[in-house]
Order: sequence, then structure tokens, then C-alpha cells
Amino acid sequence: MSTGFGLMAPLLRPSDASAPNVEKVNAELFTLTYGAIVRQLLTDFEDVDEVNKQLDTMGYHIGIRLIDDFLSKSNVTRCTEFKETAEVIAKVGFKMFLGVTATVANWDADGTECSLILDDNPLVDYVELPETCQGLYYCNVLCGVIRGALEMVSMRTEVKWVRDVLHGDDTFEMRLKLLKQVPEEYPYKDDE
Amino acid sequence: MASNVYNLFIINKSGGLIFYKDYGSLGRLDTNDSLRLASLWHSMHAISQQLSPTLGCYGIELLEADTFDLRCFQALTGTKFFVVAEPGTQGLDSLLKNVYGLYVDYVLKNPFYEVEMPIRCELFDLSLTQLIRKDKGVIGR
Repeated sequence: MSTGFGLMAPLLRPSDASAPNVEKVNAELFTLTYGAIVRQLLTDFEDVDEVNKQLDTMGYHIGIRLIDDFLSKSNVTRCTEFKETAEVIAKVGFKMFLGVTATVANWDADGTECSLILDDNPLVDYVELPETCQGLYYCNVLCGVIRGALEMVSMRTEVKWVRDVLHGDDTFEMRLKLLKQVPEEYPYKDDE
Repeated sequence: MASNVYNLFIINKSGGLIFYKDYGSLGRLDTNDSLRLASLWHSMHAISQQLSPTLGCYGIELLEADTFDLRCFQALTGTKFFVVAEPGTQGLDSLLKNVYGLYVDYVLKNPFYEVEMPIRCELFDLSLTQLIRKDKGVIGR
């Protein structure tokens, strides 16, 4: 398999025609490195829940840096509503960094909660979960990445897996919930 | 030939100056002055949003004066990049976009850089100098 993981041009929007020639990385190196990290965390923490937490935190730290990479290379502009944000993550973000796209589905009535469905997830290409790791959300790093990235553009979110092929489900489904939109205005009042 | 660009500033989302450098013989500032200018600009940028009579204004992008131009680019994450240059210098907006690209690559992707803290990354310095030197021939009047 040689589909790249790095940033994959061309991107989806017409405005991205000028997207730079971004480097690609060997997919096996990427999946094997990720696998090694998860294994090491399991060895270090000996507790599946703790590993889920660590993966999420690691993803968060990646996300708060990656968002600028995304913004500088994708040429996307400010989203007007959360629905647009979800679409951009699914169609541009996933494409850029994982080489696949996700589908946005199952919106709630308020438009603050939706699912991102991944039919193809390159992180798990060679993975089978052993009996002892049934509670492991192997790809939890992705939830953290999205949470971290959105936090940097003023959206507090909660992101978690609800369906996982490694747990016997038919697809990968991530639930994305907008908790709070922190206004970007100058945070001081006149009389302070 | 003196560079068209006098200085480059980067301020984090809370208004702290995290990078400053002179690129010419003119308009050089000492540490105190660069800090003062950066915090002034941060406040003016915020005030300009309030001044706007229309909705959806995100602050001053260009300030033209008789002795200098100040061009500012604010990333959606709130980090501001701005250059002070010779009046009438062209191409500063694309220069700032390129600076943003270098910041992403050589600062944010450096695992030992602490987010929001002052930037001390040699590779970033080096590639910035190259970028601005390369631009010297391209931008300008």
C-alpha cells in the first residue's frame, strides 16, 4: 500500500487548486509507528482505560498544533456554522492527513451533535484486538486530534467513538458534540 | 540595498510577543520598543474590530503611514503575524502567508517548542531569513 498519509493534494475545494505539493509518507511506516506507540502505552500503563485517556491526550496535543498546518495549507475560510465545520473536517481534514474522507451523518435537532463515519481507516489496516484489550479504542488519538484542533478555533467539543470495526461493528463512527462556542471577541468589558 | 522589510513580529492569541526580528538597517527596535509596539498593535487590532460599523470585521489588515506600511495577518487560531516595511511595499500579504507556513513547519511541528511561548527555533530563523532575502528581489516598488 503506498497511499500517502502526509498531506494529500489535490484537495477538494476549488479554492484549494493552489494547495502546495505536500509530502507523503509511507503508509506502513505510519501504521506500524502508531501500533508501536499503542503497544508501548499498554505496556506502560497496564490499563486499557488509562491508555484510551493517554491516546486522547496525545491526540489533543497533536491537534492544537495541527490546526494551523491545516489552515495554512488548505486555504479553507472561516466556517459560518458547526455543520460546515463538520463537513470540512470530514472532507478536507481527513483527506489531508489520513488520505480518506468521512461521511457526516446523524445530526441532532439542534445541529450541535453529529457522527463522522469512516468506512476506511488506515490506522487499523493490520490490527486485531486481543481478548485482553476489548475495551481499547485503538484510534482514540483521532478523537483527541479533533478536540484539540477545534479548541484552537474557539469550539469546545466532546469527541468519542461509538462504533469501531475492531469491536465487531460494521464501520467506524465517531460522535462529535459541540459543547460551547467560545466567542472570539475581546474578552474584557468596558468597565473592567 | 536595504531590505524593504524592516521588522517582523508574531504575537500569540493572548497578545504576547513570541517572535521579533529586524531585517534591515532602518527601523530597528530594541527589546523594550518591540514589546511596546507589539502590545500596542494587539490592542489596536482588537479596538479596530469594535470600531467597525459592519458585522464580521476581524481587525486592521493594513496600516499605511508616510514613513512605513504595517501589514497584519491573523490566522483563524488567533496568532497574528505582522511586518513593518517601506511605504508602498507590495506583496506583503503573501509574504505573511509564507511566514505562517514556515511557522507551522519549523515552530509548531518542532516537538520541543512549547505552544504559545517565545519562539527560539534556529531552523525557523534561517528559513525566514532566506524567505525575506528571496522576496527582496520580488516585492518592492
